[in-house]
Amino acid sequence: MRKQRKIYFDYAASSPLDPNVLKKMMPYLKDKYGNPSSIHKWGREGSEGIDEAREKVAKFLGCKPSEIIFTGSASESDNLAIRGLIKSLRRSKRAGERMHIITSAIEHKAVLETCKDLEKEGIKLTYLPVGPDGIINLDDLEAEITPETDLVSIMYANNEMGAVQPIRKIGQLIAKINKTEEHPTYFHTDAVQAANYLNCNVKELGVDLLTLSGHKIYGPKGVGILYAKEGIPLSPIITGGAHEMGLRAGTENVAGIVGMGEAIGQIKSPANSAGRRQSKIKNMKRLRERLVKGVLKIAGTKLNGPTKDEDRLPNIANFSFRGVEGESLVLALDQEGIAVSTGSACTSQALLPSHVLMAMGLSDLEAHSSLRVSLGKYTTISEIDYFLKVLPRVVERLRKISGK
Amino acid sequence: MYSKKVIQHFTHPKFFGKIKNPDIVGRAGNPRCGDLLTLYLKIDKKSKKIKDIKFETLGCAAAIAASDMICQIAKGKTLEQAAKIGFQDVSNELGVLPPLKIHCAQLVTEALRDAINKYPPEADK
Repeated sequence: MRKQRKIYFDYAASSPLDPNVLKKMMPYLKDKYGNPSSIHKWGREGSEGIDEAREKVAKFLGCKPSEIIFTGSASESDNLAIRGLIKSLRRSKRAGERMHIITSAIEHKAVLETCKDLEKEGIKLTYLPVGPDGIINLDDLEAEITPETDLVSIMYANNEMGAVQPIRKIGQLIAKINKTEEHPTYFHTDAVQAANYLNCNVKELGVDLLTLSGHKIYGPKGVGILYAKEGIPLSPIITGGAHEMGLRAGTENVAGIVGMGEAIGQIKSPANSAGRRQSKIKNMKRLRERLVKGVLKIAGTKLNGPTKDEDRLPNIANFSFRGVEGESLVLALDQEGIAVSTGSACTSQALLPSHVLMAMGLSDLEAHSSLRVSLGKYTTISEIDYFLKVLPRVVERLRKISGK
Repeated sequence: MYSKKVIQHFTHPKFFGKIKNPDIVGRAGNPRCGDLLTLYLKIDKKSKKIKDIKFETLGCAAAIAASDMICQIAKGKTLEQAAKIGFQDVSNELGVLPPLKIHCAQLVTEALRDAINKYPPEADK
């Protein structure tokens, strides 16, 4: 039997571990097993590894190492940012004083569900709508910010269809409003999908809190980062020892943190100069363009998300196929050795279609028939072409079954 | 997550397609949940047996496999027998569906009952 090709087009879900990252991690999985809190040699080896990683992350974000908190996942970072801030602010509020969070309708569940949970506790929540392009309107945001607004949490780039939010402009807007306000509005962004491709300098973006993930940037799973600006009121949500500046108790995942440092260092390493990064991004855009052009040749197919190049990530494309349900399509492509994902309800525990696609105004059926293709640094033209060869046949087969 | 049998019926369904001039048609599902299915049936007027049955399903792998399975179970049965097919029968035949997909088996039995309730068609009454 002919060996089947294996094509991974789900980089937005998780990315392969870079071999160099694994190499850096190995000593900490084997010989350097000390507890970083211990003062002996074994302990110091661990804490030195963490310090080094923290510096690399700080350099990438343009902040101080003391402003970096390592967590167990980006979801945890989002929770720490939102719950930790609210918890801290709540303690300084007077009785009867309202608390208010503004977020968007297309956030990752880690932010959205955390906000909904706080809403049940009596905190006022505003969910900003997005346009058909998946982008929030700055005037909407400005109109919603009141003197009682504590936090604005808007994701940098969306994981389902790649829309990039105007984070820098939001940062400027909040800074302008804060000048005249007695109590400041803080700004958090989940930058998990943005890290590989967009500027993440926290000063230039004007953010107070920023979330990153290890396994979306060719690093290990089980590590997240929260950047928290010096002086920002934040209380731990996991209490215990005084790890991570007292903001996240628990013996550090040393190997994971070291891997995270290496992965993030690689994005902006000397070997990966600004010029090279730009040409890599350009190449990624070309691959995406080839993909989109090819897919749209199939009748009854549409591209979801931003139409302008500057409004979207270079590696994500989201489509809807008439007469095809997303889970079937993912499974059928899996049988062909191709990994992609969908916003169909049939893959969600809640049996509801993607909240992101619905917020963009897609119909139920369009959301159910959605397919996300996300590319990465190992993606080749030949993989795109193979996918484009297989896809029409699979779509046609499923359309015959649906009769649509 | 899916049994081999579900995958097999999803990959190689035998009963998909339309029947020209069907005696009865059954429908179930809604766009919100993402599953839309139609069953086409030919009935032998004398014996009231299901002579032929086909499905068209827009849905997940479990919905497609369950559609194929109910056609397989129902074919050759009398309408009275077919009306007794329960979602457990479909699910069991498929080697048990994941809990979240049980509703797919319910949907296909709904569609079959919808069809059976329409028999005999108005014109023949």
